[in-house]
Amino acid sequence: MFEKTTVAPGKAKHKRKSRYKPRGRQASTRATAEINQLFEGKSLQRDLLIENLHILQDEFGYLDTDHLAALAELMRLPLSEIYEVATFYHNFTVHESTQEAPRLTVKVCDSLSCALRGSAQLQHELSNAFDGQVKVTHGACMGRCNLAPIVRIENQYISQATIDASANAIKKRLSGHEHTGPEHDSLSLTDYLEKGGYRILKDLYARRTTPAKIIEELKESGHRGLGGAGFPHAMKINSVLSIDGPRLMAVNADESEPGTFKDRYYMNTNPHQFLEGMFIGAELVEAEEIYIFLRDEYPDTAQILKSALSDAEIAGLNNGRRVHLRRGAGAYICGEESAMLESIEGKRAYPRQKPPFPAHVGLFNRPTLINNVETLYWLPQILEKGADWYREGGRSDSQGMRTFSLSGQVKKPGVYRVPAGITAQELIDKYGGGMLEGHQFKAYLPGGASGGMLPAHMADIPLDFGTLEKYGCFIGSAAVIVLSDQDNLKDVCRNIMHFFEDESCGQCTPCRMGTTKALKLMQAEHWDQDLLTDLSDVMRDASICGLGQAAPNVLVSLMKFFPEELS
Amino acid sequence: MSETFSFTLNGAKIETDGQKSIWQIAKDEGETIPHLCYADRPGFRADGNCRACMVEIEGERVLAPSCMRKPSEGMVVHTKSERATKAQTMVLEMLVSDQPPRDDSPDPESHFWTIADQLNIKDSRLPPEERHHAKDASHPAMTVNLEACINCDLCVRACREVQSNDVIGMASRGANAKIVFDFDDLMGDSTCVACGECVQACPTGALLEKSWVAPSKIDRQVNSVCPFCGVGCQLTYNISNEKIVSVDGRNGPANEERLCVKGRFGFDYVHNPERLTKPLIRKEGISKSDIETLDPANPYTHFREASWEEALDTAAKGLLKVKEEKGPRGLAGFGSAKGSNEEAYLFQKLVRTGFGSNNVDHCTRLCHASSVAALLETVGSGAVSAPFNEAENSDVMIIIGANPAINHPVAATFFKNAAKNGAKLIIIDPRKQALSRYAAYHLQEKPGSDVALLNAIMNVIVEEGLADQDYISNHTEDFETLKAHLADYTPEKMETHTGVAPKDIRAVAQLFAKQKPE
Repeated sequence: MFEKTTVAPGKAKHKRKSRYKPRGRQASTRATAEINQLFEGKSLQRDLLIENLHILQDEFGYLDTDHLAALAELMRLPLSEIYEVATFYHNFTVHESTQEAPRLTVKVCDSLSCALRGSAQLQHELSNAFDGQVKVTHGACMGRCNLAPIVRIENQYISQATIDASANAIKKRLSGHEHTGPEHDSLSLTDYLEKGGYRILKDLYARRTTPAKIIEELKESGHRGLGGAGFPHAMKINSVLSIDGPRLMAVNADESEPGTFKDRYYMNTNPHQFLEGMFIGAELVEAEEIYIFLRDEYPDTAQILKSALSDAEIAGLNNGRRVHLRRGAGAYICGEESAMLESIEGKRAYPRQKPPFPAHVGLFNRPTLINNVETLYWLPQILEKGADWYREGGRSDSQGMRTFSLSGQVKKPGVYRVPAGITAQELIDKYGGGMLEGHQFKAYLPGGASGGMLPAHMADIPLDFGTLEKYGCFIGSAAVIVLSDQDNLKDVCRNIMHFFEDESCGQCTPCRMGTTKALKLMQAEHWDQDLLTDLSDVMRDASICGLGQAAPNVLVSLMKFFPEELS
Repeated sequence: MSETFSFTLNGAKIETDGQKSIWQIAKDEGETIPHLCYADRPGFRADGNCRACMVEIEGERVLAPSCMRKPSEGMVVHTKSERATKAQTMVLEMLVSDQPPRDDSPDPESHFWTIADQLNIKDSRLPPEERHHAKDASHPAMTVNLEACINCDLCVRACREVQSNDVIGMASRGANAKIVFDFDDLMGDSTCVACGECVQACPTGALLEKSWVAPSKIDRQVNSVCPFCGVGCQLTYNISNEKIVSVDGRNGPANEERLCVKGRFGFDYVHNPERLTKPLIRKEGISKSDIETLDPANPYTHFREASWEEALDTAAKGLLKVKEEKGPRGLAGFGSAKGSNEEAYLFQKLVRTGFGSNNVDHCTRLCHASSVAALLETVGSGAVSAPFNEAENSDVMIIIGANPAINHPVAATFFKNAAKNGAKLIIIDPRKQALSRYAAYHLQEKPGSDVALLNAIMNVIVEEGLADQDYISNHTEDFETLKAHLADYTPEKMETHTGVAPKDIRAVAQLFAKQKPE
């Protein structure tokens, strides 16, 4: 009836390209099978992404892109989201599956205390010795500054590392030797109980003492947060309580301020005193669950805490509260509390904009009590011995006691529990055993990389919150790094600015670009001090968080107190 | 009405309810505070990362981002103080130092350069950084040039939060932080669905349409409605030299400035030389079967131009001839969904009164007719009862018999937004689809078993007493018959038929039935 047309007009010439496969990267069948097997029975909750990336990297040594695509599919995450988290954290190695992977990743700490002990040379020699088969790179402060320099071979740490000791350890690992962590002499639950431990907590659970009384006692004692900001502890608890529950608690065990290793010391030696303080805090704010965010660089501490937590739970000391021990992945920025919350939620550690404050809108948007390890460590003792005991422990106008991490050019670097308000001079002479032979005290950093730098002739200032601000410095986490006449202070500043550049999360322009531009200007022979001052002003004034705001402190200190170094 | 209070902005007392940001209030007062990462557009959250909009608040230690910060009572804000200006200027200076020279930049007229002009910044005192970003032209419609990128994150928000396509991310950190598609793949090899939202959001021209021309070369803009699917997205055609060169999403109720690949990039057909633009009549002696040799760009081998009168006459005569030879039933009409309601009406009128035939149908017979009939029978009206962006106010959504991410992508963005904001999405579809990732449940039934599956869901609702008895007794008829009918359709019995696990059917039924509209 009709004449037949065989081809529609216009279709004969160009055949339309059809798309039978889905768009974008797809995981291979092999990777999908491996991932499904590895994660069988494991939780795929969104906030466990970083934990799951650790599981993957622990199994294969690195994060293969094919595996990541399969994990994205399994966790029902967009590819971009898993990729940005995996590439954000320095301790994850993302590897394109089409290229050959390194057999081992070795990190040499290049933060100041290790740099002062020749870590740059060490890294250079190790790179040459293991060309190709081992990826030798730098790492940020590993919290063992009293034992500098430090080399990390995955979960193994070489203290006071030499080229020979490091090379031997690497060879051993390459030959398939597994590393087992160092043994620590930690106080057991039985011993802690015997010494009267957990008494305050039990009293609180039984309401032989009341939350109100404890908060009042803390207020009296003048106790402050010892993670760096020094916020009054009782005030923080009340701020969390001002918002209706359900509430959460998060513990910042991510001490990563270069030169700081006090929290590690407390967790390793007496984990239960810290846990008692933590459970007291949780009870005070009626936190439903507790998250401990422990840095990846402390695998031995993780074992200690795991076993201490299990003992405490068996003894019913957690009062039914679930405690999640979360493992960081290498990001200094997680020391910033809201960045840590993001990380616990399984995301990139981008600090949040404030307000709202985490005490009100915190972890998973709930009111959250966030404390540093040392802050909590002191709690049982303050409550046991009384507010007066603690308050009167301080010097001059200062209240309470502080734990200093002392490192650098002193004879006896280490953790020292001393009165708040002590001076750097006394710390060096009385506790640090004086300067190393042949070294003359020249300068000191009172608060790690971020707290600025002061000359030796200003070593008589009481070290405490509020005493150093007028000099553009602060005590922060009480990490005192001592420098001598043999140190080039310009290089010290460059090392620190490089650290901040490396650790900047990159979210805001003043920090992301400010650290890079400042470092570039500082690499010149003659520094453009006017421009550096302008840049520093804006970094301090306009960065989102404390990292960018404090990054120029040491640079400003150098220009202010050491003009001769720049002439 | 919420309570108002006053605060001071640049010396002037201003009443506000505390809902708007300082940036918005300044805008209402006629001032544009410099801004880069903030888009004053629907759906875009302020992120406060660029720090170009910093203002000074008296009594605060550091400056505050005006795009995020809301005033509180008695606050004294300065947008142009020395400190604020210094920060705004330095931020631009930092960014300018790493930009390609303005004349070589992908878009010298970009928002970024406009703000640099506003702050009177021509170049930077800061040393430039060498950047190594190869231009990515792998995508057919867009070019990526990260040399001009300022890491403002707007494209990430466009892709992830506005459109929920989740392709773009910010990988690595610090100075190495970088915009990536999936695993840092080429845009053209990525999961990108080419909605172009990132291009519309980018303030620097780092992401641009391939067809882009500079704004100063745009001769005129024409507001229109997208000619593709029925979502009804409003858009603006940018015209240069009488050619459409790009499309912007306009703030219509259905799309809120969003577009999909069709509306954004599907305009080349307008200027296609193969397009029929004048009436043509087949030449004498050319047979219909000769069409195989036709080159649509040059139809004059087979056709000749004609006037509308002649063409209509010829067509009418042809139709009349058929009618004379075969009677009215020799003719039929089949309408197109591209026609408007009015055109559809006129078309059926032509067929019924002109042809004298009731043989008239419409392409919607294939997709809509079944649902219209069912809705008429059960609810009494064959029309939809809510617009799709009501998803925003829903606790539970069910998508069945549809693949909106493909067929109605802009509507799908609102479903994804709702799911990301906590609404539970249930998908019933044998195929896995792009929305599955956002679904609380995806019931993948065997093809053709959807009625059995729906009966099983209803079986659970009735058997577990989840049905709304008040509603049933007040507004329905013959419920007992339905109940008896459903008794046999237990999830367990239906499992072999549908291939869906009974526990999933129960879970979906409970989730759906337990949500009560407020």
